[in-house]
Amino acid sequence: MEAVPARARAYIACVAAAALLCLLPAVRASWWEAALLAALYAGCERAAARWRFAGTFHPVLLAGAFLLPPPAAALVALPGALLSPVEQRPRWLRRVWRAAQLAVGVWAASRVHGALGGRDAVVASDFPYALVPAGAAVLVFCLVLSLLDGGILALADRIPVRRAWRGLFLHSLAPVAVHGLAGLMMAVLWRSPYGPVAALLVLLPMCVSWWVFAQYHRERAAHQATIRALVQAVDIKDEYTRGHSERVGQASMMIARELGMDDSRTEVLRFAGILHDVGKLGVPTRLLRKDGPLTPEERRVIELHPEYGHEMVRGISFLGEARAAVLHHHERLDGSGYPYGLMGTQIPESARVVAVADAFDAMTSTRSYRRARPVGAALAELERCAGSQFDPRMVTALVRALSRHGWHPAVTADETDVPPPRPGVAGRLGARR
Amino acid sequence: MSGGQETGAVSKTSRRCSWLQVLVHSSAALLALGSLTCTLWTGLEEPGTALAFGVLVAVGELNRRSGPHVREAAPLGAAGALSYALLGENAGAPTHHGAVQVVTIVLAASLVGSVPHVGRGQGPTADQQARRMLTVGFAAVCFQPLYNQGTFAHWGGPAYALLLLALLSLTALCDAVLAAALAHSRTRWPFAPLLRDELRALLGIGSAVVATGAVMALAVAVAGLWALPVFSVPLLLTQLAVRRYAAVRATNRQTIASLARATEIAGYTPAGHARRVAALSREVGRDLGLTRPELAVLEYAALMHDIGQLSLVDPVPAGATADLPVAEQRRIALLGGAVVRQTGVDAAVAVVVERQADPCREQPTAARIVRAVNAYEEKARDAGPGGPLTALEELRLGTAGDYAPEVVEALARVLSRDCLTSAVTG
Repeated sequence: MEAVPARARAYIACVAAAALLCLLPAVRASWWEAALLAALYAGCERAAARWRFAGTFHPVLLAGAFLLPPPAAALVALPGALLSPVEQRPRWLRRVWRAAQLAVGVWAASRVHGALGGRDAVVASDFPYALVPAGAAVLVFCLVLSLLDGGILALADRIPVRRAWRGLFLHSLAPVAVHGLAGLMMAVLWRSPYGPVAALLVLLPMCVSWWVFAQYHRERAAHQATIRALVQAVDIKDEYTRGHSERVGQASMMIARELGMDDSRTEVLRFAGILHDVGKLGVPTRLLRKDGPLTPEERRVIELHPEYGHEMVRGISFLGEARAAVLHHHERLDGSGYPYGLMGTQIPESARVVAVADAFDAMTSTRSYRRARPVGAALAELERCAGSQFDPRMVTALVRALSRHGWHPAVTADETDVPPPRPGVAGRLGARR
Repeated sequence: MSGGQETGAVSKTSRRCSWLQVLVHSSAALLALGSLTCTLWTGLEEPGTALAFGVLVAVGELNRRSGPHVREAAPLGAAGALSYALLGENAGAPTHHGAVQVVTIVLAASLVGSVPHVGRGQGPTADQQARRMLTVGFAAVCFQPLYNQGTFAHWGGPAYALLLLALLSLTALCDAVLAAALAHSRTRWPFAPLLRDELRALLGIGSAVVATGAVMALAVAVAGLWALPVFSVPLLLTQLAVRRYAAVRATNRQTIASLARATEIAGYTPAGHARRVAALSREVGRDLGLTRPELAVLEYAALMHDIGQLSLVDPVPAGATADLPVAEQRRIALLGGAVVRQTGVDAAVAVVVERQADPCREQPTAARIVRAVNAYEEKARDAGPGGPLTALEELRLGTAGDYAPEVVEALARVLSRDCLTSAVTG
């Protein structure tokens, strides 16, 4: 949302007005509890931003919804959301949006919880009945948040409404349910003789798990960078193929998607494409950079690179079948390839995918000894060699994928920045550095 | 040389430590046997509650995940056991089980829960079982007799909650000391850094276990046994997070090890060099009392210390950088640092790699270790049976400028220790 459209602004204003309506009714009951919870929520949000936790403190909000009447519960969300640091502009609009959205959500949750007699169940710690209103409140909270979020996505980013809603609701339900259980525990202990001190203890395991999840995302980003460094080590030696690995990774991924492979296998095939030439590290630099024709002896040395590559990556267990792809990506269907001269289905599927992607990118990119061919000519050449050199299934998949999405190779080999981790609930993860 | 003295010191330590281990194991066994006999004699108080907590501990134990980097293998089991030790009421009615029953139930449940793991050969070690018994026994003996006498009857609610928390924190501290002592006796690494690592680990999943233990005891007092499944969820979430973190760490480690092997594949260094330097550097770092994060930086730096050679068009003969002119060594080190900076590992690793060729007075400790161990590895590698001793002697002679004396001495200690262990086991 760089420039926020007018209708999105109007939408936010409506939600904010609704939030104000939720807050308006004057209540006399226990303002100190609302103030205490609000301070707790605000403090947690600040701490989370400071130490880069990955999480929003829904347990505190939901505990408020289980403990307090709806207007007071809605108030709990306000200070934390209004004071929370926001990275992207426009800052105040985002803060107001977040506060209004949470206030409406908590208000609705608290309302449902109260209507089902949840507050009495919490005071009497009437288990298992207390789980019923709490579960209903969690559902409502989740539903309201995803409805509002879907609305803003549809208005500001023009994402189709139905898709936005379904994805948001299903993804947020499980985490919010866990937060709801923690909130219920907080509420029960808060009302018990042991008081708020015991309720605070509930937050500690949650905080630890958020902290560990943040560490996990950091380590994951570091791992991506390490893979990239592995590729850059090849680029140091073999300059004119710069970007080739990334593009082969992209083409392999497109083929895998087109063949209907699941997400984890697609990801593995992307790594297979990225790392397929890593064995070139083992080939003397002079040979790789040689301009003239190669002698048979030199050719034999270069043809060792799949085995070198396999030797390097075989210790990385998460790569799975990508390791076989690294070893066999120069095999041909008719058995005339190397290193083992495998035929047909003896060649692992992953290697057949990478072989097609590799040949396609080699033809469509400029090398020192020839100019790039257009995509159409390259595809025609692939189809000509299908059956003898390439698996026709993979070639057709590539042709179909390209006709659907086009070929927009992103040259990222020169970039050294780490990709941001996937955005989590309410985009908090996106707020790193 | 001081070899004789060192050998004597090492064997003395090992004797004292195995004595400690025997003491811990036998007292845990005694406690378990005594409690079991007593409980069989008197019978169970409140069998329903005992069964519920037993099931919780057993389930936690079934979820056990073992591995070299796991700090708390079965957090749910530990939290369940501690909360049973500190349980004073059940849904408002006072309980009457004593410390003896607590130990018995936890013993039985953890034995039942570890059956499948034992079947797979990954059961809890004797050390872990002994620690579990002793810590639970400690918490229960501190709490149950006083509670059953009614000492806490007139305490207010919040004060009681804080009391439980304080007791559990004390128990966790004792457990950390015990764990460090046992690790010290097993591995003969220095005690202080081990204790520091254990205490630091308490802040992570350890604090989650302590908080959950206290909260469960309080929640069962308020809401009855229904609280147990509800209150296990956040801890399970923590456990999941810790596992995923451990998995991605392991993956990253493997990738870095592969990157380190790039120089070997490319023919710049002999096979296995990086791995050997990393393993030996870690041992030396441990001997010098580095903390766990420092050891991780040291290991990564040692794995990638030769990576700058990838930028050379022609390899150095046999990859032996220790005999090159200093200016050339520094150039390779700087090139290596530039590669390491792109890998996304801690920036401290790149600093160590960059400064491995500096004069030792200006180096950080990790760089000193990498430099000395690398030189030792290169010199001792092809020198035949007498190689290690000659290489050490050369390093000692070079200590004035190139190699830090304390690092060389630590290396000598580690090597003599390895000789001892191989003589004992082989």
